[in-house]
Amino acid sequence: MSFINYSSREINCKIVYYGPGLCGKTTNLQHIYLKTNPDVKGKMISLATETERTLFFDFLPLALGEIRGFKTRFHLYTVPGQVFYDASRKLILKGVDGVVFVADSQIERMEANLESLDNLKVNLKEQGYDLDKIPYVIQYNKRDLPNAAPLEEMRKLCNPTGAPEFEACATTGEGVFETLKAVAKGVLADLKKMGN
Amino acid sequence: MMESQLVMQQEDFDRVLAIIQKLVRDANAKGIFVVDKAGQLIAEAGEMLGIDSTSLASLTAGCVAATGGLAKIVGEEEFPIHFHQGQSDNLHMTLVGDRMILVVIFDERSSLGLVRLRVKKAGNELAKIFEEIRKKAETEVQTQGSPFAEITDDDIDNLFSD
Repeated sequence: MSFINYSSREINCKIVYYGPGLCGKTTNLQHIYLKTNPDVKGKMISLATETERTLFFDFLPLALGEIRGFKTRFHLYTVPGQVFYDASRKLILKGVDGVVFVADSQIERMEANLESLDNLKVNLKEQGYDLDKIPYVIQYNKRDLPNAAPLEEMRKLCNPTGAPEFEACATTGEGVFETLKAVAKGVLADLKKMGN
Repeated sequence: MMESQLVMQQEDFDRVLAIIQKLVRDANAKGIFVVDKAGQLIAEAGEMLGIDSTSLASLTAGCVAATGGLAKIVGEEEFPIHFHQGQSDNLHMTLVGDRMILVVIFDERSSLGLVRLRVKKAGNELAKIFEEIRKKAETEVQTQGSPFAEITDDDIDNLFSD
């Protein structure tokens, strides 16, 4: 649910990074945080365990610039990927405007990807959303690893609907901004569509 | 149920601001924040204007969402009032209507009793305003359309031109 404030002339949108445990959602946000100018970003918050596993969420506010006289602000959230944190994942999806699914390219994580994707669809449905109708992009992360599954196979399994997709290596930053731009564009295009 | 987009016009914002500015005085509060349940900051007032209100909004929504989840587990619909007591500052959160949270931060200049009393009245007033905003937004989108209908693909691309 985007928030349009005519008083401060701002559009605020919420983007959620979803995916199985250890797929690189937090790493995506950390890279964005490291590589953006201080005047564009707010403070990054990570609610994590002592072993740096996401406990509740990571949060990074970004101001991208103006569009038709309105400042565009994107609030990026990650969910905890571990299966047993499902209750928390549902809460974070509240009011979402766009979703990035971060898939782990390692062959042995393929089942975890599919399980998480199903979980995303179910949790979105509970909130009244349909993954096929909201701005959604998929990122194939960890493409640099030797055990990465062939792209064709990942596409067939994780992206049967042909959503915009990006290869990435979040630790080096490759593909991270391309993914963010694509989902942000999708959210803004959706805002435009709603106005028509 | 999916929530509709929240559109706040200048006059609505002014009404919300007037209520929370009055609440700052009536409750002797340090700071007051109106946050929506998705984590967006709607308005703020008081002497804490320099603090990181974006993070405050996001964490408030997370806290309320988590407590709401706990409420359901124990058989409650939700816990509408949350209170966190600190050494010098205290934080009082109240649900306003079905999608807003009113956060009051206060210190020894006020008391929990006073805050609860004043928040009750202000919360009811805010709930009414947000209900009106919701209804107005629905009718306006139907009759006038959104100003963002005119966003072009170039406008969107320009945001990412760096």
